[in-house]
Amino acid sequence: MSMVDGPTPLHTAKADQAAEDREAVGTPPGSSAAVRRKGWFGGLGEKWQELPRQKQWAVLIIVVVLAYLLPVINPPLISTEPGNDFPLACQTMAVWALVAVGLNVVIGYAGLLDLGYIAFFAVGSYVAAMLTSPDSTFLKIPYLWTIPVAMAVTMFFGVLLGVPTLRLRGDYLAIVTLGFGEIVRILATIIPAMKGQVGFQNLGHPPGLDAHGVPIFANSNGTPWYWLTLTILIIVLLLAGNLERSRVGRNWIAIREDEDAAETMGVPTFKYKVWAFAIGAGIGGMSGALMSGQVGFVNNQKFDVVTSVLFVAAVVLGGAGNKVGAILGGALVAYIPLRFTAIADYKYLIFGLALCLIMIFRSHGLLAARQQLLAYGRHAYNEVKARTDAKSAKAKAAPGKEASL
Amino acid sequence: MSESNETSGRHADVDIAGVDTVVAEAAAPERDIAVKVGDDLVEVKNLTMRFGGLLALDDISFTIKRGEILGLIGPNGAGKTTCFNAMTGVYKPTSGQVLLEGRVLNGVKQHKITRAGLARTFQNIRLFGEMTALENVVVGLDARHKTSVIGALLRLPRHTREEKSAIERGMALLEFVGIADQAATLSRHLPYGSQRRLEIARALATDPKVLCLDEPAAGFNPAEKEELMQLIRTIRDDGYTVLLIEHDMKLVMGVTDRIVVLEFGKKIADNVPSVIREDPKVISAYLGEPEDDFA
Ligand SMILES: Nc1ncnc2c1ncn2[C@@H]1O[C@H](COP(=O)(O)OP(=O)(O)OP(=O)(O)O)[C@@H](O)[C@H]1O
Ligand SMILES: [Mg+2]
Repeated sequence: MSMVDGPTPLHTAKADQAAEDREAVGTPPGSSAAVRRKGWFGGLGEKWQELPRQKQWAVLIIVVVLAYLLPVINPPLISTEPGNDFPLACQTMAVWALVAVGLNVVIGYAGLLDLGYIAFFAVGSYVAAMLTSPDSTFLKIPYLWTIPVAMAVTMFFGVLLGVPTLRLRGDYLAIVTLGFGEIVRILATIIPAMKGQVGFQNLGHPPGLDAHGVPIFANSNGTPWYWLTLTILIIVLLLAGNLERSRVGRNWIAIREDEDAAETMGVPTFKYKVWAFAIGAGIGGMSGALMSGQVGFVNNQKFDVVTSVLFVAAVVLGGAGNKVGAILGGALVAYIPLRFTAIADYKYLIFGLALCLIMIFRSHGLLAARQQLLAYGRHAYNEVKARTDAKSAKAKAAPGKEASL
Repeated sequence: MSESNETSGRHADVDIAGVDTVVAEAAAPERDIAVKVGDDLVEVKNLTMRFGGLLALDDISFTIKRGEILGLIGPNGAGKTTCFNAMTGVYKPTSGQVLLEGRVLNGVKQHKITRAGLARTFQNIRLFGEMTALENVVVGLDARHKTSVIGALLRLPRHTREEKSAIERGMALLEFVGIADQAATLSRHLPYGSQRRLEIARALATDPKVLCLDEPAAGFNPAEKEELMQLIRTIRDDGYTVLLIEHDMKLVMGVTDRIVVLEFGKKIADNVPSVIREDPKVISAYLGEPEDDFA
């Protein structure tokens, strides 16, 4: 029962996978259930990590090009038409994906259950509305400027909410954020300047007219809006990746894993929780501004708690902690009711069931790939792998020698 | 069984003897301690900790001298872990003071105490389960890093520099405690012994002036315990000061320079091991204690 250093073969990728399987299903090795995880997307993340950098880039470029072409191709089976205009559906999906990526920073990285994320989405929407709609008495700025402004304002709100509440843990935080989600909606109803149910019409949009003199970014023209949102989504993803593979990401994950131990290891936990909240809020605010810009109308009706819970569902569905999973989750949650209009009324039932199933069979979400937390970890890991591989090869070449040494 | 013990014993000799120079260079290059070797680095003054009606620490005073291995022993529930927690800011002491290099630590935030130079491990292992061994250690190294959120977001030069050195120092530390082979393994998948060693590596990564180890050999068999004590000696030889909680009297005698004994929250002895061994109060405190033989 030597517990130190263990037998070396444990470090091969196969053994790791086996160990992970055991862990995932909570059954001893060798039982048939241990293989269950192999299906679906199991091991996809691992395979991805093993690809050389150039191949990763090649795959990424293809995926990005396809993503941009999606509303133009309008693939037959995937298309949401005739029920819903497909380019507009793409825009909705992209916004939801962006929301999920933002909320993933809060829930997935820092492990803070925020049930009121809709509030930040709402703040972003109202910033865009009040600074561009002719119904508002505020100063007007060009629409594109409202995106960074919405981000800054919501970040401010994120800090405002975070500083008093992030000293709370777990359930308490969830309840307080839930309350905050409602407060913003109620404020929109009672503050005259926010115009309650009447709302704001004719929000601004990015400049540009097409050949017929119609604005390129018309409310009904989904494709350009989708491209704009997708571009922002990609930038956000790259920046989120930078954060992930840095001190910031590590500190967040450490807080998620064991907040007390993190503090003891020198992580200023409170500060990093506020950062997670602020960054998540900022992304939520941008999403709100993008959504309301395309719709062209904002009132107090869309920002209910149920939507907030759907945001959480999107993150959990995709795989909390994994930004690619978050995109998938966000896009799916937006897509399914648009594609299958017949069942759209039952979407809460369906997502509820889906979540139950996911929790039972795949508690890490659809894409359970782990986040990479070291900017230059690849090289070190490869070196270790080469070393252990060489060792086990040696052991294989001279069996019995290992034990007698 | 005995065979695998031999294997790991061999391992430790090679690793520990061969690598301490690496750590001396790579793992702790810029330690800056105001106190001279042999002087008081940490002073615990009249520390009292009360949980409701329970007096877990009763007016405890002792010092840790720079460069020594101080043992903190006592029967189950004596207050050893509580003493650690009060020192490292997990608990607010009811009264009394803890000083590091003459600076009062009461009321200082936990992460600042760590940065001031007091690092610890946990009796019940508390690693970051979803992180690899290397990432766990780098979290410890981050305690000395200065990259800001903006710096990381834009990958500014300092970030690049720190990330690169973190990999090197992190690997050196893993090598030092003998688990470099498992750098890429998620810490929750590590074998138990490696997890204990990783805890030590992670605490060392914060570049502490005093390393507090809470029963680092709990659950080990005698051979593994001996190996770990060897590691702790090496750590001390590298210039660290160590505060070691250990349940096993025999073991602690062999490795420590001085021992503080607690019983029911009171300090009953504070002396060199040879005197502690003969102290009737200590002997009676440990009488009737079951042998620590579950390993
Ligand atoms: N947070 C707490 N609240 C209440 N009582 C506590 C708390 N922490 C510790 N105690 C009590 O304080 C006493 C000392 O506990 P402590 O964990 O410090 O003992 P120990 O010397 O570390 O024992 P062991 O060898 O079992 O680890 C025990 O009676 C314990 O129940
Ligand atoms: Mg204890």
